[in-house]
Formats: sequence, C-alpha cells, structure tokens
Amino acid sequence: MPRPRFQKQTSEASASETAPDKENTLELRDPAPEGTPPPPEITPEAEILARAQAGDHQAFAHLYSLHKRRIYSLCLRMVGNVAEAEDLTQEAFLQLHRKIGTFRGDSAFSTWLHRLSINVVLMHLRKKGLPQMSLDEAMEPSCDEGPGRSFGAPDLSLTGSIDRLVLERAVAALPAGYRLIFVLHDVEGFEHNEIAAMLDCSVGNSKSQLHKARLKLRDALRLSLRKGDVK
Amino acid sequence: MTIDPKPMSCEEFQEQLSDFVGSGVDLENHPHFRDCEICKQLYRELETIAEAARRLFPDRQPEDNLWDRIESAIKREDGFIEWE
Repeated sequence: MPRPRFQKQTSEASASETAPDKENTLELRDPAPEGTPPPPEITPEAEILARAQAGDHQAFAHLYSLHKRRIYSLCLRMVGNVAEAEDLTQEAFLQLHRKIGTFRGDSAFSTWLHRLSINVVLMHLRKKGLPQMSLDEAMEPSCDEGPGRSFGAPDLSLTGSIDRLVLERAVAALPAGYRLIFVLHDVEGFEHNEIAAMLDCSVGNSKSQLHKARLKLRDALRLSLRKGDVK
Repeated sequence: MTIDPKPMSCEEFQEQLSDFVGSGVDLENHPHFRDCEICKQLYRELETIAEAARRLFPDRQPEDNLWDRIESAIKREDGFIEWE
C-alpha cells in the first residue's frame, strides 16, 4: 500500500474539498443495475477520507480539524496532563497518517481512529511504567481488586453533588485498564459492545471492569468524604 | 432490560448491578432491591457516580499550533523516506 504523500493543491481544489459538490459527485457514479440496492451516499467526510487516503495533504488537514477535539479530549482524559495529551494527539495523527491507507471501512472511521488513538495512549501508559502486558491481561481481575464492601459508611448519593475535581482526581488514580473502560463508557458514552470491539475484549469483561472501576471510585469518594473533600 | 423476578442474594444482585446502573431501569419492584437496604445504597451511590461522570472532562480544543507540529513531523517523515 503506497503511503499517503503530500500533493500540491490549487486553490480551486482546496475550495472544492471544503464544500464538496454533491451533484458532481453523483455524476461520477456508474448507474446501478436494476434490482441492486442503491450505493451508500458519499458523505463529505467519506470524500475527504478518500482524498486523504490518496495522499491529499489538504484533505488530511481537514480530517485533523474534524477529529482533533475528540482525540485530544480522549488523550487528556486518559493522561490528565495537557502537554502529554498534546504529544499523544500528535502521535495519534502521525500514526493515522502512516496507516490511513489501511482503513477499509469495516467500521466507522471515527471508531477506527478512536481505537488507533487508544492504542497510542496505551502504548504511552505502558512505557511510563505499566507492566508489559496485553490489554486483556491488564483488565483481568485480580484478587485484591474486588468490590469494596464498606457498607455503613455515609451514602454518597445523599451528599448532594459530587465535586467534579475530586471525581476527576479519583478517575485519574484508577488503574489504567479500569480508567480506560470508565472513561469510554461513563464519560464518553460508548456502549459495552463498542468498547469490546475497540479493545478486543469481551462484553462481559467490559461490564465487569466498569463495575469494578465504579466501586473503586466509590471507595475513593467515600475516603474524600471522610476527609471533607466532597461537597 | 428485563428484571429477574426470582429472589436472589446480594451477590447475585450485585453481579447484575453494572447492567442496571445508568440504564434508567426502574428497580422499585425488583424483589431483592425492594428489601435490601445495603444493595439499595450501593445502587444509589453507583448511579450518582455514573451521573456525575457525564459532566466530567468536558471536551477541549488542543492548542492552535498543534497542527503545525504534526505537519512538520509528517513532512520530516515523508522527506526522510523519499530521500532514502
């Protein structure tokens, strides 16, 4: 697969990328034979993606502008540090540039890019000192990480709103595997089947890890409550 | 989501808890939930955490110069490979 290359763009070409002409796009299609379903609509992003895959630098820049906020925010949630999050965002888009030609459309591009970015973050976290282990291993339950059962402590739900910063700190202190699942499910709103597909784990594993992450956060928040951190 | 009507232990209920939390399911008629204050409290607390999580880490934009850094890195990579 040839690597994407920078191409010089005329101003007209650049303008057509930012405002794709739908009618012209349709004219380029072969008429569908009778009895076959109509081809999927070519969205502006799909067109931009195809151009980026062909090495169009302007189109790649456009993809960056479409996805930078989401990818940067994901990195920031995972590492909790602006400088690191920017480095990871840069690395994610460099990886995207290297691999964009391999995207085959088996999943949505945003899902594929998300997964690529998650892998970048995971690699980074492992380099920072996480044990060298696969994600599945990192997410396997261990005997000392079972549910907290400190019943009888103050009820968090009766304390009013949980302080956002306290909870963000507690999330940041979670083990990486738990933090990843919690961020993807409870913060970003992914479903378990989507997370399982992204992380190559089972739906049951994703559910189990999320439950344990919430239990750990509950313990951390109760501790903060005792110290007077939770409002 | 359907609720299993048969009586269950705390452990059995808590195994299903991750499906209940954040799902919006009404547990008031759940036979275990109705009668177990411990599991009720646990459920309420996990619901509170899941609800609070939606307001965490609002999306943020990276610095404007990040694209310049990425573009420079791409050019370096491409130039290096083409030069090779």
